[in-house]
Amino acid sequence: MNVQKQPGPDLPPPASSVGVIGWLRKNLFSSAPNTVLTLVAGYLIYITLVPAFQWAFLNADWVGDSREACDSGGACWVFVAVRFDQFMYGFYPEAEYWRINLAFGLLIALMVPLFIEKFSRKGMLAAFILIVYPVIAYYLFSGGAFGLVHVETSLWGGLSLTLVLAGVGIVAALPIGIVLALGRRSGMPIVRAVSVVFIEFWRGVPLITVLFMSSVMLPLFLPEGTHFDKLLRAMIGIVMFQSAYMAEVVRGGLQAIPKGQYEAAQALGLSYWKTMGLIVLPQALKLVIPGIVNTFIALFKDTTLVLIIGLFDLLATIQSAFSDPNWLGYSVEGYVFAAATFWIFCFSMSRYSQALERKLHTGHAR
Amino acid sequence: MSETDTAKPEMSASTGAMIQIQGMHKWYGEFHVLKDINLNVAKGERIVICGPSGSGKSTMIRCINRLEEHQQGKIIVEGTELTDDVKHIDQIRREVGMVFQHFNLFPHLTVLENCIIALIWVRKMSRREAEEIGMKFLEKVKIPEQARKYPGQLSGGQQQRVAIARSLCMNPSIMLFDEPTSALDPEMIKEVLDTMIQLAESGMTMLCVTHEMGFAKTVANRVIFMDGGEIIEENEPEAFFSNPQHDRTKLFLSQIM
Repeated sequence: MNVQKQPGPDLPPPASSVGVIGWLRKNLFSSAPNTVLTLVAGYLIYITLVPAFQWAFLNADWVGDSREACDSGGACWVFVAVRFDQFMYGFYPEAEYWRINLAFGLLIALMVPLFIEKFSRKGMLAAFILIVYPVIAYYLFSGGAFGLVHVETSLWGGLSLTLVLAGVGIVAALPIGIVLALGRRSGMPIVRAVSVVFIEFWRGVPLITVLFMSSVMLPLFLPEGTHFDKLLRAMIGIVMFQSAYMAEVVRGGLQAIPKGQYEAAQALGLSYWKTMGLIVLPQALKLVIPGIVNTFIALFKDTTLVLIIGLFDLLATIQSAFSDPNWLGYSVEGYVFAAATFWIFCFSMSRYSQALERKLHTGHAR
Repeated sequence: MSETDTAKPEMSASTGAMIQIQGMHKWYGEFHVLKDINLNVAKGERIVICGPSGSGKSTMIRCINRLEEHQQGKIIVEGTELTDDVKHIDQIRREVGMVFQHFNLFPHLTVLENCIIALIWVRKMSRREAEEIGMKFLEKVKIPEQARKYPGQLSGGQQQRVAIARSLCMNPSIMLFDEPTSALDPEMIKEVLDTMIQLAESGMTMLCVTHEMGFAKTVANRVIFMDGGEIIEENEPEAFFSNPQHDRTKLFLSQIM
């Protein structure tokens, strides 16, 4: 008889350790201090969140077209609703709103296939989005060709301006940052010196200074009559500033790649750029996704600083609406709306980065 | 170095040496790591290099494909002299494959992609052609079934065999092994050594830095002992192990055997 002992059947765990009751007992009421903490925290949540919820939803006014509609004592979302178009488009001519909608709609439509696992021409589509799309978007926003009315950049504003600034900043800062990071680790002294000086200069000055310089001082140095769009100057300032930060984030990733990876690539005959592009950067960038997205989020929020040079991004547009004599006293609603909008975008980036990290994880623990 | 009696100084350029190293010196800053290295390797020869750690044996073979730069002397691989000229370096790396102690597989690529990436980007092959070659060599090292996995999902021995396949895909005429079994668990050493023995039987020119003396005895044509950055002694394996000439060799052998 050569019968092996059969493994016992898997039994369910006792009811007291699973389910809602088990979870509560284990996490909230495991000991006397824990119970006290749970009760205190519950009370704090009760006295803060409940009134906030009542203000924002239960007692709020949603419909109407003037402040008379706001008499329930809660939040007056009518203010936001009436001003909504302006918050989205700034002073862009109303008849041309469709151009902005089309530009963003097109971008979303183009990006959808990038998230479809089966779609095989991702590289070509990405190249199209990065090279051709900006040209299309530029003409849609700015006009002046193809029968579209020209719209001055000074009229751009609201959330669409915020997205343009952040989008350009994100798309341009990453590649420039990568080049700077590689430059700083280069064996060539001149390249290294230029990268270090660039990074340390832009990292060492506040963004407000950069924006001021770009809008106030730069025109003084340029020859008389040179017109250099204010928005463009602000964009360049933001890109320079953020690419310096990006460079340091990427450099952190580069330093984490072991020397053996470079050696193996060299031994196979891969050139410097192929080693970097195929072996080192894919790994380094994956390692620093949290840092990169952190910088993107900071950049997104930093775009609000352009209000000091007279550009009306989302926050500046909302603030300007406070001075409307018909709507005095509703700044809280405006700020809450601004905060909620920024939060939605930043939180989405954060979640996307986490999903990306999971997707790119190839099971190696190094 | 003058008092050392090199056992078999018969190899010369005229016999068609694949690798000629003549009077090579190397320094790390002030530290003189390699001192007057002279070595000729003939086609199909299998050389095992041993010696205590820090003796410069890894550095020496890493000079052959320019992972390390030598400062004096000559290295000629298949008629091409190794200089700062990038063309020469590329030409030599084309002929020389290398296997590392820590495998150095690319963790973000699958096993098959590891094998074919250089075929595609250096040899400019189509992906299909490259995959055929990749699979052929993965079969040779007996792990074709792991082709779609990532290196992190494989055992150390399997990873090292993939690394060998990756090098072989480039069709090198010389293979360098830098302590290929030192980072492996004992039960995995054999599978890697078997792969190397199989490679030796196919006539590959091999230089192995290793402490596997069994491997040296069965496979090597010559064993080289290095200490303090010098080649102290070189001989056929049988004579090397049974009748070491130099005191430092005797000491080393007594410590590892």
